[in-house]
Amino acid sequence: MTIAAKQKYETVIGLEVHLQLNTATKIFCGCANKFGEAPNTLTCPVCLGLPGSLPVVNAKALEYAMKVGLALNCKVNPFVKFDRKNYFYPDCPKAYQISQFDLPICSNGYLMIETEEGEAKEIRINRAHLEEDAGKLIHDDKNNCSLVDYNRTGTPLMEIVTEPDLRSAQEAYNYLQNLKLTLQYLNVSDCDMEKGSLRCDANISIRPMGAIKLGTKTELKNMNSFKAVKAGLEHEIHRHMAALESGQAIIQETRLWDETRAMTFAMRSKEEAHDYRYFPEPDLVPFMMEGAAIETTRKSLPELPAKKRERLMEQYRVSAYDANILIQDPALADFFEECSKHYKDTKTICNWINGPLMKELNTRKTRLADIGLRPEDFTVLMHKVNEGILSNLAAKDILRFMIDTQRSVDTIIEEKGLAQVSDDSTLEKLVQELIKEHHNIAEQIRNGKESAIGFLVGQAMRKSQGKANPKKIGGLIKKLLT
Amino acid sequence: MISENDVKYAAALARIHLEDDEASRLTKDLEKILDYINKLNTLDVKDVQPTSHVLPLKNVYREDRIRPSLTQKEVLKISVEQQEGSFKVPKVIE
Ligand SMILES: [Zn+2]
Repeated sequence: MTIAAKQKYETVIGLEVHLQLNTATKIFCGCANKFGEAPNTLTCPVCLGLPGSLPVVNAKALEYAMKVGLALNCKVNPFVKFDRKNYFYPDCPKAYQISQFDLPICSNGYLMIETEEGEAKEIRINRAHLEEDAGKLIHDDKNNCSLVDYNRTGTPLMEIVTEPDLRSAQEAYNYLQNLKLTLQYLNVSDCDMEKGSLRCDANISIRPMGAIKLGTKTELKNMNSFKAVKAGLEHEIHRHMAALESGQAIIQETRLWDETRAMTFAMRSKEEAHDYRYFPEPDLVPFMMEGAAIETTRKSLPELPAKKRERLMEQYRVSAYDANILIQDPALADFFEECSKHYKDTKTICNWINGPLMKELNTRKTRLADIGLRPEDFTVLMHKVNEGILSNLAAKDILRFMIDTQRSVDTIIEEKGLAQVSDDSTLEKLVQELIKEHHNIAEQIRNGKESAIGFLVGQAMRKSQGKANPKKIGGLIKKLLT
Repeated sequence: MISENDVKYAAALARIHLEDDEASRLTKDLEKILDYINKLNTLDVKDVQPTSHVLPLKNVYREDRIRPSLTQKEVLKISVEQQEGSFKVPKVIE
């Protein structure tokens, strides 16, 4: 398709995110809310929907839902009720899902994202409601049957629905990343798309640029990673454009993203699929969300990523790039702030965190909280480099030993003999030796070829196993040869 | 007006099998029920809060504390068929 053809259309995307809340128990019963257990070991008469059982709402699920809503700038509605959504499917043992229909717990919010042009944009949240997750179905082709595990049934789920405000696959991706980070700050979910604790469906349509009326939409499902969301949306947008350009109409349908074939295809669906006959859930009484409780929850919210980013940049003069890395993990940002109390140059701290420390965390596949590194020890490295006691290289080695052995910087320097050698007579002897070994190079330097000094400094570092103070070596070479 | 097709559609949604004579009888019954309900439409309810629950209760919830679940063995007793710890059902296609 030509670029001109692509520019004729505007893409319109709305996202529906399902988020599993990480409460200890399920939403309506005391079964553990846990992933990865043996099938059908976390069920009871309530979550199996056996006759005579009664659901009771988990207070924590309500609290978490309220937190999510407030973090997404939603209105928490004063009157909350639950409704039955009726459908027959083996993953739903009651033949209805307890959900919320006309009175969701939260509505009318927004989340800020950055557009491809780097501008701030508000993505409106239509609603965020509470419901229960369904069981897990595994299809057994060999035995021509399906297997049902009800452990997941009744896991508290929040459905977060945007307005159709997203204009590209990239914006959708940015929204999801921001949403995930915000939710992680709240500590209400693992937000792991691969494990299914965060799932995303999309509504997509395109319309001629400038048109007000929305085009026919398709619903896209089965995108199991952030990357898949972007790839799936890009593919589906392209499919819409190609269809309209060749004079075909878009059929309103649900399509599935096939990761391996990198294409979408129509889902085989039964008729009457969308007649859920909602009605108020008679087994649950309504909830009045008291203003005072909402305010208490609002005050208990942590500083959210967007705010933290802004503050780090203002308070510590940190660059946007560094701030973006620091806010990916609130523990990392806290660590940075603690470090700044022990070392003045915040740019150096950022370089140390975003470089060597991140490298150590990545190679160990671990998080900062798990390595027991104290800000006051970490900044000792920067002080020692600054004072010329350690070379940058040796300091990075020491960081690795510190994490491995939990010993202090000084102990490691002593044990490993890593202290930088700055003693004049020792260094002069070293330089004298090098001049003898590389008399051609020395001659070039004598004849004014300053660029050859670097070679001799490199040799000195090698000979001293990185311990020679490179600045002093450079000075000595100049002194002796020029 | 309720048609016989409406009744058949509602029955299908509820997975209830109806013979033709049952469908026509139920159409008449349902018509009468809806007529009766329609009387409510003649009332002025603009100052009445919609009822979402018949009991005068609100804010009933429980603390987030784990209680023992049933064992797999107990649970699978209610299955028609089982395989590898799971309920075995006719194949459903997503
Ligand atoms: Zn249960």
